[in-house]
Formats: sequence, C-alpha cells, structure tokens
Amino acid sequence: MKTPAAAAPEADRFPPVVQVGMTSLALILVGGIYLAAHLPESVPLAPAVALLIASVVLLLANLTLMARVPGFPWRRFVDVAKWALLAYTITAGLIGWVFIRDGLRGGTLVVLVASLVVYALQVPLMIGFTVARYHRS
Amino acid sequence: MTLPDFEVVPRVGLILSGAALVLLVAGVVSGTYWSLVLLHVAFGAGWTIVDLFMGLIIGPILGSLSIPARAELSRRLMPKMVVIMPTLVTATLVAGWQLGLKMGTVNSGHPMHGWVVASYIVVGVMALLALGLLEPANIAVLIEMKKPQPDPMVIDRLMKRFVYSAGVIGIMQVAILVIMTKIRVG
Repeated sequence: MKTPAAAAPEADRFPPVVQVGMTSLALILVGGIYLAAHLPESVPLAPAVALLIASVVLLLANLTLMARVPGFPWRRFVDVAKWALLAYTITAGLIGWVFIRDGLRGGTLVVLVASLVVYALQVPLMIGFTVARYHRS
Repeated sequence: MTLPDFEVVPRVGLILSGAALVLLVAGVVSGTYWSLVLLHVAFGAGWTIVDLFMGLIIGPILGSLSIPARAELSRRLMPKMVVIMPTLVTATLVAGWQLGLKMGTVNSGHPMHGWVVASYIVVGVMALLALGLLEPANIAVLIEMKKPQPDPMVIDRLMKRFVYSAGVIGIMQVAILVIMTKIRVG
C-alpha cells in the first residue's frame, strides 16, 4: 500500500458532480412521490414534469462539468459506468415493467418512465465519476 | 502492504441476485397475497437488518480499525454489499408496491395512506443517500484496493463516506420499522 500521499487534494480539483447528481435524483424522487401519493386520482402533471426537466438539466450539467475537467480519465469512467449502467437499467426496467403491468397509462406513465431513465443514467454517472476522480495514470 | 486479488462484483453473487429477481417477477406475475407478503417481508427484513447492522455495528468497528485492517475487512465485505443491497432494495420496493396496490394502501383514500406517503419520503431519502453516496463509495473503494499500490488516504476518505452514510441510513430504518408496523396494525 502506498504511503499517504496527496491523492485527496488531487481529487478536490474535480467539480461537484456527486452533489449535482444527488440534487437531480432528489428532484425526480420528489416528482415520483408527488404522483404516487395522489394515486388513483389524476393530478396536474405540471409539477412533476417541471421537476423532471430540472433533473434532466442537472444530468446534462454533470456531463458538461466532467467534459470541462482537463485530462478527465474517460476510459476509467466508461469502464465502470457501463457495468453500472447495465445493472441500473435492469432495476429501472423491472420497476418500469411493474408500472406498465399495473395498468399505469398516459402522462403519469411517461413521467415515471422518463424519471427511471434519468435514474438509470445518473447513478452510473456518479459511480463512474467517483471512481474516475481517484484514478492515477 | 499488498492486498490479495478479489472480484469487485462476485459472479456467484450475481447468479444469486438474478435468482432473487426471477423469484420476484414470479411473485408479481402470480399476484397472490401470500407471495407478495413473503417477498416484501423477506427482502424488506433483509434490507433493514443489513442497514442497521452495517450502520450501527460494522460501521463504527470499521472506523476504529487501522487502515490495513479496514482494507482487509472491506476487501471481503464490500464486494458482497455491491450485489446484496441493490437486489434487496429493488425487490422490497417492487413487492411493496404490488402489495400496496392489493391492500389498497397506495390509494389516497385509504385511512393509512398518510403513513404510506411517509414511507415514500423516508425510503426516498434513504435511496438518495444509498445511490449518491454509499454505492459510488463502495465501488470506488474496491477499485482503489484492486490497484497495485492502493492509496490509504483515498480508502480512508471513501470508507468514512460509506460508514457515515450507512449510519444515517441505519437510523432511518428505525423510522421504516415504526411506519411499517403502524400500517400493518392500523
């Protein structure tokens, strides 16, 4: 094992991708809870859609933040994120299948499935980023 | 110190996880009350116990160990957690949702609906901590330990993040126990 080195300060040069990612996930969680809490009544979708759009914007912001890091270890990121993406696509797919099987239709289904897509992208992004930020070439 | 080689994601664990998810799908497709209760209680109990044990017992022990000892324990423990936690969480939530539909507790007119919404909120916060902090730290610490020369500072930093998140999630599981027993008893 290496002696304690300056790895942590090196890692600190990275942007707050995890914080932004958690905010993005929090937004879709709030939207999902809002919709689920009112079932089976139909409620205005606008709040959930607004939260979903804000969450997508933060997902894109995260990609931009990573792209702006000079020498970001993309290969390391992809090595980890692709497997996490596979795992989280399976869990998101399972949850989406249950929604469809339960007869959820229309705008509510679209918002929930889109939220699951954001979840299945954002979590692997955060896992890949956390690994990549401590990568030493 | 050099750590022996290990699998970040154990293949046997993946097979068992796949089997658990097949069982879950079978339970949902059958739609019987008994199978949904069994799946929700079994996976939910597993989730609660693991979180409480990790957060309140293993976490403080890990925090008090020397870094080499912590690395050795983590090398054996963390790969299992990578597979166990997402499986338990997904199965508990899917079976719980199906059960809620069957019992009517997810309907806004149900007398216990307020408690169900409270469970959504607590589970939402736990999921946020698990997905945003715990799981990335878990994977990153394992990949750091796979390196020829792991950096103890990085392992220490990531393990602290893991231990604190697990502690908070463990405490929140107590709230879930209160909510779930209240929903069941009425």
